[in-house]
Amino acid sequence: MSKKLLQVQDLHVSYGAIDAIKGVDLYVNEGEVVTILGANGAGKTTTLRTISGLLKSKGGSIFFDNQDITSTSAHEIVAMGMSHSPEGRRVFATLSVEENLMMGAYTLKKYDKKTLEWIYEILPRLQERKQQLAGTLSGGEQQMLAIGRAIMSKPKLLILDEPSLGLAPVLIKVIFKAIKQISQAGVTVLLVEQNAKAALKLANRGYVLELGKITHEGSSEDLLNSEVIQEAYLGKKK
Amino acid sequence: MDIFLQQLVNGLTIGSLYALVALGYTMVYGVMKLINFAHGDLVALSAFVGLTVYTQIFGEGVSSLIAIIVVFVFTAAIIAFVGVLLERLAYRPLRTAPRLSAVVSALGAGLVIQNTIMLMWGPNMKIFPSNLFPQTLWDFGGVVMTFTQVMILGLSSVLMVALFLFINKTKMGTAIRATAIDQDAAKLMGINVNRIIMVIFIIGSALGAVAGLFIGIYYRGITFDMGWLYGLNAFVAAIMGGIGNIPGAMLGGLMLGLFNAMITGYISTQWAETFTFILLIVILIFRPTGILGEKVAEKV
Ligand SMILES: Nc1ncnc2c1ncn2[C@@H]1O[C@H](COP(=O)(O)OP(=O)(O)OP(=O)(O)O)[C@@H](O)[C@H]1O
Ligand SMILES: [Mg+2]
Repeated sequence: MSKKLLQVQDLHVSYGAIDAIKGVDLYVNEGEVVTILGANGAGKTTTLRTISGLLKSKGGSIFFDNQDITSTSAHEIVAMGMSHSPEGRRVFATLSVEENLMMGAYTLKKYDKKTLEWIYEILPRLQERKQQLAGTLSGGEQQMLAIGRAIMSKPKLLILDEPSLGLAPVLIKVIFKAIKQISQAGVTVLLVEQNAKAALKLANRGYVLELGKITHEGSSEDLLNSEVIQEAYLGKKK
Repeated sequence: MDIFLQQLVNGLTIGSLYALVALGYTMVYGVMKLINFAHGDLVALSAFVGLTVYTQIFGEGVSSLIAIIVVFVFTAAIIAFVGVLLERLAYRPLRTAPRLSAVVSALGAGLVIQNTIMLMWGPNMKIFPSNLFPQTLWDFGGVVMTFTQVMILGLSSVLMVALFLFINKTKMGTAIRATAIDQDAAKLMGINVNRIIMVIFIIGSALGAVAGLFIGIYYRGITFDMGWLYGLNAFVAAIMGGIGNIPGAMLGGLMLGLFNAMITGYISTQWAETFTFILLIVILIFRPTGILGEKVAEKV
């Protein structure tokens, strides 16, 4: 049996009086790519932010690498080997590309040269722009930087929140190819996407989140073939 | 011409002090988006602590390099500690509260520090001993520079260059800039934001402490409520330079000092403060984000 790298049990999260996540269970095995699909406002970002420690849960538990991280603070979770590239990229606009990447390696004593070279290899645009301020990059380049920055810490688990949002089809391809290469290098990936088809093609398994609850789960193949999913997320008519 | 050069020296001297204090405001604002209104009172506290450290350890009249180093390092350490305590007690519990609560807490903390000074050292003006620095002065064809002025200009420059290099060239400095841009994203890098905030308060308070000691040594008369005046001027300097911007605070401080000195030299001391605010308003009309404040506006 493969090892469960991340396990979320009966997770509850609320914003004040509003319950956003109402009992979510999910797991990610070591080496897998798992995707979470769901409409706007379903609670995908909330789930990810709670897993990485930015939000406190109201109930339930989160285990990462056999350790209970339910109430561990975000910066400690990064040091344990989880890296989260947030929705909206959130690159440090007035820092250079290179400085952004160095911040990605903040938890390491010294940044890893090989990792940096590898990032420049799979996302060559970043190397060309390394002296440029991140705020002056195009949207696609910022997304590349957000992903590159997230793997500078040499994570076991990489969490990506809508990496293709707002990008042109050519760039979406570049991003998905990079994610595939990262996964093939042995990094486990948890991916939230609006682009359901591309995400399911890349992933081993998927979950569908609706109004704070998991409504469907299964192998990517099953989900791709499911009529309900096809209608709601793949834009196919009956 | 003599007046001009003399006021240039005087202006740069007081401007350096404003700059040191302004750095404390701007660094805290940069990371926490909070005006630390108690900062000026920490500066005042430093002058009193320095007075006590000096007279208790060395006794008035002793002037030696060791005395100078001990007074500065010891006082800066105490004030840095008080700054960290201030953040823990007055600001951290309100980190997620509405902005106004933190402002009220900052004003309250300032009053607490002021009253503590008054209770410990009394309500009357104290005179800082004149012997810590030698009373040497140099006369360059009519322009006089005292040993104290040379020390203020020299040490402030060294500290500001060191701070600039620390912020721009080191890993911790880069992490401070990253935290100032986006706290959540910084956390996702593994940066301990609480630790960054502590470092900011240590540095800002220590720089303010150096300024407070210099104020005591330079002006001699120190009062429990003087933090308000120096704090306000330094705050104006930080706004002029672009609040949140470190080189901006340095520039704003020096500019304000020079401007004040020129008004004092050519018009009158009474008008200095009025003109300070006219200058502030003019700058804000033409550059609402302050002189170097563009980067701050860009990131918001
Ligand atoms: N800071 C907040 N305060 C209050 N409610 C919030 C906050 N953030 C999110 N919510 C609410 O929580 C619910 C889930 O939001 P979330 O951002 O997790 O959705 P999402 O699935 O990521 O959506 P999207 O696809 O648009 O990114 C929504 O109803 C949203 O309005
Ligand atoms: Mg979202």
